[in-house]
Amino acid sequence: MFDFGIVTKWLDDLLNSVMPGWLTTTIECVLVAVGLLVAYSLIAMFYIFYERKVCGWIQCRLGPMRVGKWGLLQVFADVIKILQKELITLWNTDKFLFKLAPYLVLIASMLTFACLPWGKGLQIVDMNIGVFFIVAVSSIGVLGILLAGWASNSKYTLIGAMRSGAQMISYELSCGISILTIVCLAGTMSITGIVEAQADGWFLFKGHLPAILAFIIYMIAANAENNRGPFDLPEAEHELTAGYHTEYSGIHFGFFYLAEYLNLFIVSGIATLLFLGGWMPLHIPGWEGFNNVMDYIPSVVWFLGKAFFITFIFFWIRWSFPRVRIDQMLALEWRYLMPIGLVNLVVMAIIVTQGWYFGA
Amino acid sequence: MAEIENKITQLCPQAQVDTTGEFPLVTVDDAQWHDLARALKTQMHYDVLSAVVGMDWTEALGCVYYLTNTSTHELLHVKVATTDRQNPRLHSVVDLWPVANFQEREVYDFFGIVFIGHPDMRRMFLRTDWVGYPLRKDYDPASNPLRLEDETNEDYTCRWVEDENGKVKKIDGKVFEDDEYVINVGPQHPSTHGVMRYRASLDGEIVKKIDVVSGYIHRGIEKICEDLTYPQMLLYTERMDYMAAHINRHCMCMCVEKALGIEVPHRAELIRLMMDELMRLSSHLLSYGCLTMDQGATTAFFYGFRERELIYDIFDRTCGARMSMSYSCIGGVVADVHEDFIKDVRHACDVIEKNLAEYHKLFTGNVIAVNRMTGVGLLSKQDAIDYDITGPSGRASGWHCDVRKTNPYSLYNEFDFDEVVYENGDSMDRYMVRMKEMEQCIKILRQACDKLEAEGVQGEYCAPKVPKVMKLPVGHWYQQVEASRGAFGVYIESDGGTKPVRVHFQSPCFNLIGVVDLTCRDNMIADLITITASLDFVIPDIDR
Amino acid sequence: MEVKIKSMKHEDFKDNEYIDNLVEQLRAGGTNIIVGKLDQLMNWGVSNSLWPLCFGTSCCAIEFMCLGAARYDMARYGFEVARNSPRQADYIMCQGTINYRMAPALKRLYEQMAEPKYVIACGSCTVSGGPFKNSYCVVKGVDEIIPVDVYLPGCPPRPEAFFYALMQLQRKIKVQKYFGGVNRKEKLELKYDGQALQEETK
Repeated sequence: MFDFGIVTKWLDDLLNSVMPGWLTTTIECVLVAVGLLVAYSLIAMFYIFYERKVCGWIQCRLGPMRVGKWGLLQVFADVIKILQKELITLWNTDKFLFKLAPYLVLIASMLTFACLPWGKGLQIVDMNIGVFFIVAVSSIGVLGILLAGWASNSKYTLIGAMRSGAQMISYELSCGISILTIVCLAGTMSITGIVEAQADGWFLFKGHLPAILAFIIYMIAANAENNRGPFDLPEAEHELTAGYHTEYSGIHFGFFYLAEYLNLFIVSGIATLLFLGGWMPLHIPGWEGFNNVMDYIPSVVWFLGKAFFITFIFFWIRWSFPRVRIDQMLALEWRYLMPIGLVNLVVMAIIVTQGWYFGA
Repeated sequence: MAEIENKITQLCPQAQVDTTGEFPLVTVDDAQWHDLARALKTQMHYDVLSAVVGMDWTEALGCVYYLTNTSTHELLHVKVATTDRQNPRLHSVVDLWPVANFQEREVYDFFGIVFIGHPDMRRMFLRTDWVGYPLRKDYDPASNPLRLEDETNEDYTCRWVEDENGKVKKIDGKVFEDDEYVINVGPQHPSTHGVMRYRASLDGEIVKKIDVVSGYIHRGIEKICEDLTYPQMLLYTERMDYMAAHINRHCMCMCVEKALGIEVPHRAELIRLMMDELMRLSSHLLSYGCLTMDQGATTAFFYGFRERELIYDIFDRTCGARMSMSYSCIGGVVADVHEDFIKDVRHACDVIEKNLAEYHKLFTGNVIAVNRMTGVGLLSKQDAIDYDITGPSGRASGWHCDVRKTNPYSLYNEFDFDEVVYENGDSMDRYMVRMKEMEQCIKILRQACDKLEAEGVQGEYCAPKVPKVMKLPVGHWYQQVEASRGAFGVYIESDGGTKPVRVHFQSPCFNLIGVVDLTCRDNMIADLITITASLDFVIPDIDR
Repeated sequence: MEVKIKSMKHEDFKDNEYIDNLVEQLRAGGTNIIVGKLDQLMNWGVSNSLWPLCFGTSCCAIEFMCLGAARYDMARYGFEVARNSPRQADYIMCQGTINYRMAPALKRLYEQMAEPKYVIACGSCTVSGGPFKNSYCVVKGVDEIIPVDVYLPGCPPRPEAFFYALMQLQRKIKVQKYFGGVNRKEKLELKYDGQALQEETK
């Protein structure tokens, strides 16, 4: 399997041979930042298109068709439109916080995005506490949403913000616990380490029932943390018009919109990394020929393919399920998901210490 | 009838009873009215106040009350008038029939009649700064030009109370306390199904009180109708409850035909009935779609609309319009059905029946949907009768109120179908009643197809002798039908001319807003959306 | 310059004269090539991403729902992102009668929208008051309250008519000027037009 580390190392060596070390670092940082931003916006735009097509397909419709071939340019038109839309400033609001909020949401998702390894050796920093970092920075987003709701000085946005506060903080726990279960199985917090540990079998299959349970809990909690249906209470179109971002127009609204889709990619990516072997190809023990063919597919394709598949499940759920009510949502978390998740963690710890998992 | 006459004269010797008309008419003075009303309710089972029609007879102002007996389903109407045009006052009957709350407010809004003892005498449909009372005969339209400044919220209610000496006094009250957290839902809000507005007082997420503000689509149809001939009026019946356009028009046609004594051919009546049922089917499909979408299950909405297109295709082929069909006319229908009509209807029935199973699979059994709807927005049978909640919403509370069964009109006697009645009266039951009623619609349509087929491809679709200039004899007429959301009634009063003196539409949705506060209290904001969606009202039908 | 709409021929539209005049007027002074191309890009974006504000008062709203549903599917044009908050919407499709009580609310909604914003008066009630013209409390056409870009008659209009109206709006948007590009001669003309208009209204 091709290792992208070779490319990056070659570039690093090349730059180092012609210029001083500090300049190399600067250039590399800029390159990484530009690459990140481009990837960020392209992925978000692709996701918007993807969702519109998938939901059209589920609803017996066609989805965007007329702008470009099969509507491929639809999202570009949306972006141009939203870029030139007027930004409305409101009276009687905290203008600084009002404008800060969308950027906070964006920054949180971008930081998390930066941690994802896209393929073998294709990653910015391989921290030894990578998973911990992801969990930490992804929770900045809730601050942005709370600020947006508060600073808009409107009753609807405030209710939306309070809901999202309650929701995201609650589901953060389940999310964290299910991630911890996998960390327990992998024995490392480094993302590369976790992926490498799945070379001989994905954790979803390797870890018995606890891993499957952790996967289900993670999927529910991640959906809730993303504010997507059936947990889209903070936005709850039919209750709160547009929830916390009711008062945002133009590109500020666009930031929320982009961040929402990117967060979807992030949670799908994390699910891929933790449960579906990240960029590892699909191997079936004993089928040597099949495994060799699988190895030829680039690791980036594996990673993206798995992430898009997980996202498809999210779309499917979002368009079919009715929305839960706030008390039902909190009851689900505190009465069911969290206790089950904790027991699951203990069971996993026992399995790991006794070496009962596959491939031990 | 004679029995009723005797009983009423016993109860109230001053009342005059006239039994010559279709229903007994009782004329009584305002002084005895409240006592008579109490006696009618407690001793003679007139439990339902179907309609309150405000009237301006030029020399007097007053009301005509339509009462329905819940055991025999007979109608009775009572006329109460006052000659004081400056300060017209009548006694309120809100304490007996809670439904009178909004009905009397409407009369106050249109005629300026003050109801003594009414708890909340505010304007209902018109702006708070409106001058005059538009349905009075001496109203000058120039007194209210278009004003673009926002109106103020009406935070104060007022009530007129009579002390033991008969002196009437005005008492002010407050809608909301000062420290309540009041949010404004509407008029432009995605799930008010139009332009309804509620002011909801919240405690956290829990709704404490709802003040319904109506009138954002009030178009004054009743006043417009007073300047039109009878065939012209038909147009407006379709623009009220546009989801029951044909049923409303059918009702109006029947009322005029009754007054003129026109006999409608069997075939025409059959076609009308089929159109009614198709309309009901499309309306229930829409309400399924809206209910699911309001709860966030968007896909179900699209499935509901997919099947509605089949019904629209039939309408389209029959009369060239998709929604407001203008198909019925006085004496029958405008044109005969096209040759593939029966085939199309059968096909639509088959497809919808098959897909209903899919709807249940997609939404009804879903654990979230069940949790969201079961036990939410309870409406007891007694409340349903008190507030005159007819139609699917009333039947979900266990009240047998289907006009097609209680007072069969058109050809419903010839058909075999069940009245769908559930017991709990929660949102789930209201939803289920609609789903089951669709199956009954299909059952009726299939029988009707057979009957129409037996009559041949072409036939007599309109009565041969319909007068060109229609002049209704002096008097008044009332006709009720079962529209898709409940009992729809038309009241026409004529002085013998080509134009009516007064037309009143008793709309089923109007009563529904009376229970919004009752059902939503102590539920959550999300439940407010579920409940209003399950009550399923069409706003132009409320505001007219 | 001709305004092009995908798979609709120029002669398929009915009031070409109006649009042609508009184009002629706007292009009279000539346009800088860079600015012109930028304008085209902007207009392409805006015209293909028109997000409606959900604003239905009566029957037309039901036909609008049909427009979004499977058979007509306005998602094909990219118009399906119906926003409930006026801040995020691009055009207001006024569906249904507007009465005296609703009029200030409609005006406020229009003012709450972010520029550029457009209005389609949909249904005969909003065009002229329709069957309710003689009523004591119905606004006789929304153009008394807010400026209207496209009028769409019908009671209610069919979904095909909605598409036609939307394409007409797209055509209007495609000749807009964002970055100016007006030369001096045209500015003078505009000024003159403004004065003439004022005099007329006086």
